[in-house]
Amino acid sequence: MHLYDLPLAFALVGLALYTVLGGADFGAGFWQLVAGKGERADEIRDHAHHAMAPVWEANHVWLIFVLTVVWTAYPAAFGSIASTLSIPLFIAGIGIVMRGGAYALRAGTRTAGEQRRVDTVFAVSSVLTPFALGTVIGGIASERVHVGNPGGSLTSSWLNPTSITIGLLAVASAAYMAAVFLSADAERHGDRDLAERFRLRALAAGVAAGAVASAGLIVLRFDAHRLFTHLTQGAGLPALVLSLLAGVTTLALIWRRRYEPARYTAALAVASTIAGWALAQQPLFLRDLTVQQAAAGHDTQVAIIVAVLAGGVILFPSLALLFRLTLGGRFVHAEPTGDEQTTPMTRPLQPSARGARLAAASLLAGTGLLTIANTGWAHAIGIACFFSFLAFGYRAVLGSDILGPLTPTRPGRQP
Amino acid sequence: MTQILTIAAALEPGQQQYLLEARQMQALSFAVHIPLVCFGIALPPLLLFVEWLYLRTSDELYRTLARRWTRIMVALFAAGVVTGTILSFEMGLLWPNFTGTFGGVFGLGFAIEGFSFFMEAIFIGIYVYGWDRLSPRAHFASGIPIAIAGFTGSLMVISVNGWMNHPTGFRLSHGKVVDVHPFRALFANSYFWHELIHMYLAAYIVTGFLLAGAYAFGRLRGRFGRYERTALAVALAAAALASVAQVFVGDWNGREVAATQPTKLAAFEGLGRTTSGAPVHILGWYSHGHVEYGIPLPRLLSLLAFHSTQATVEGLDAVTPADRPPVNAVRLAFQTMVGIGSLLALLSVVFLFARIRLKRLPESTWFYRALVAAGPLSVVALIAGWVVTEVGRQPWVVYRVMRTSQAVTGAGGVPIGYATLAIVYLALAVAVGWVLCRLYRAPLAEPI
Repeated sequence: MHLYDLPLAFALVGLALYTVLGGADFGAGFWQLVAGKGERADEIRDHAHHAMAPVWEANHVWLIFVLTVVWTAYPAAFGSIASTLSIPLFIAGIGIVMRGGAYALRAGTRTAGEQRRVDTVFAVSSVLTPFALGTVIGGIASERVHVGNPGGSLTSSWLNPTSITIGLLAVASAAYMAAVFLSADAERHGDRDLAERFRLRALAAGVAAGAVASAGLIVLRFDAHRLFTHLTQGAGLPALVLSLLAGVTTLALIWRRRYEPARYTAALAVASTIAGWALAQQPLFLRDLTVQQAAAGHDTQVAIIVAVLAGGVILFPSLALLFRLTLGGRFVHAEPTGDEQTTPMTRPLQPSARGARLAAASLLAGTGLLTIANTGWAHAIGIACFFSFLAFGYRAVLGSDILGPLTPTRPGRQP
Repeated sequence: MTQILTIAAALEPGQQQYLLEARQMQALSFAVHIPLVCFGIALPPLLLFVEWLYLRTSDELYRTLARRWTRIMVALFAAGVVTGTILSFEMGLLWPNFTGTFGGVFGLGFAIEGFSFFMEAIFIGIYVYGWDRLSPRAHFASGIPIAIAGFTGSLMVISVNGWMNHPTGFRLSHGKVVDVHPFRALFANSYFWHELIHMYLAAYIVTGFLLAGAYAFGRLRGRFGRYERTALAVALAAAALASVAQVFVGDWNGREVAATQPTKLAAFEGLGRTTSGAPVHILGWYSHGHVEYGIPLPRLLSLLAFHSTQATVEGLDAVTPADRPPVNAVRLAFQTMVGIGSLLALLSVVFLFARIRLKRLPESTWFYRALVAAGPLSVVALIAGWVVTEVGRQPWVVYRVMRTSQAVTGAGGVPIGYATLAIVYLALAVAVGWVLCRLYRAPLAEPI
């Protein structure tokens, strides 16, 4: 492995996490779409919504991560891909907007009828988006993109057997991931009936995903022969076998209602599929561009690697916290703590009479340093003065007639 | 600065007959996203302030206010996430040659911004769903990363914009981009701090006036209890102070532009010829090298830009016509921004005077009518400001290095994409507007 491979490895890890986590989010939409009508269908829809609402934004960011790493470390490849596969990428973008709109809208819905209409928009876009993104992968995997603007046909680059198959695989595996995750969630909340219903869905989607994947190998045999050869006889083979084993294990675990470990084996199956693709396609990025040729300069590679590693140090503990709170059920089961746990600080805050004067002095000093002085450091101090103006001013403007005495009152005082 | 016309893009230049449509589509995407960014920057700190008041006093009023603002934040953040995603897609969909050629130079800023976005998304998840489920202090603490990420995210994005306006950190050798130092390109570049501070204050102005405008509207309808008064004051105090500071920060921005992008400054003022003792014109129309029907203020431009009434200001004639931005579009946007900004500062002074000298809120109905108008006007000023800097940079996407026409995609269907996006964004705007109206109308007693 060379330095110029490392950012690609990061991007592929990001893609795997997006396929698993974002996939579960899309799959939740799929199950909303096929939930049918009636009270039991509403249960499915509600469970799918509530399980995903706290985490969907974080899961979505993996896509942004993949995009930014690729365009920084392999700019020419990114430009060629985006230009050639502009249609499916645009469709995915529109699908993402519709999903976000649906999340925003659901915050304001009151009746079940309103909710159902919003959920339909959400569900349709949840199927459209992974399909479109899958066709993008298919276009790259079947070497239909070469360097250019655009570097290949705008239509056959994504409307081709490999793309369609991978699009379908993306939808099926999203549905599968979601069903596995949602049955685990339902089980943990003690809703046996709901867990059982998602278990059946997981089994069905798992078999369907397996069938599409197997059919996909036959499609690759005819449509992307180089990839097929490397996947079945070359570097990709171990990953392919691992993916198969993980997939079968997951089905067995779900069959035996062991949802928690099934989460991880399902994720492993998806991740190893992506690894298999990457290993089989290397060293090519595009049809006429190797990873080495696509890579930006040495300093850029180092910069992006440093940024990703440093970012990861902050990111992973935060993600762990989010998932511990959501998966740990604290976001669902905990009783409202209410006011009795509030322990107000008792130190009274006196409105400062000097606040307004200090604010005015800061404004004056800031203006002088920013306007009259002409050096960088004076401007920096000037800006600091402006922020001190904002801080002192804020306190001075919000006097005690607005905020009250800022000492503890008895809980429950009404406006 | 003439080495510049020889850039060899990474991909062959796209054949694109719809360059203008591509630019408009990009502009539409920005115009929808940037107001949402303002809420991402300014709403979390205001929200935390209100929650802090609740922790301090146990007064239920603050809790109600914070929870209701939280719901606004949820809806607007969701819309911000997806419209921001469209922007990152468009980096490749509309400008593949820009990203393909310079991704290695500026891309790092967006990659770091991605982590900022992660923190925002993760902690918004925790904050929003953690009301009632975390201890009050833990909940308050979970909001702090959101406020920090709102700032760092805009810092990263604006560092890229600063680089586009003042490209550094690489060399051109036979038209190829070589010797790339991304950290130096983005952060050793002194030409983005003024933009960042300007935008940061604008975020408080837009968020504060829009929120305050909603409660002012309620007051005109007779809904103005202690809850509404508090909410209005908390939001408006921030917007008013920021508006006053913005006058000086805006002036600083003008001087930075004068020093580094003289052609852009000439477009702001419609200065056709290089002039010493250059005037400012208010209103009017640029035509044939000068401003017609404008009100001239002699020597003011020289004074403002270089602090001397005799200073020479470079005109549009310093560059060939092909290298000039569309003057009237830039100038109109500039005048709109400055005009609205001045009105908002005036309104703010009225408010600050009433609060500090008279120790009360303004009582005139006209003040509240103006406040209702101030929210949407601040959004207009915000977008006009971005038009000033982005259209003012034209015809360059990377200032004096790469033309926008070299950056554009060669893929067809730009008008179809533009129309589709316009329809989808209209639907999104209606949806978000509907949700906000719902939240606004919900009675205070309603459990949230």
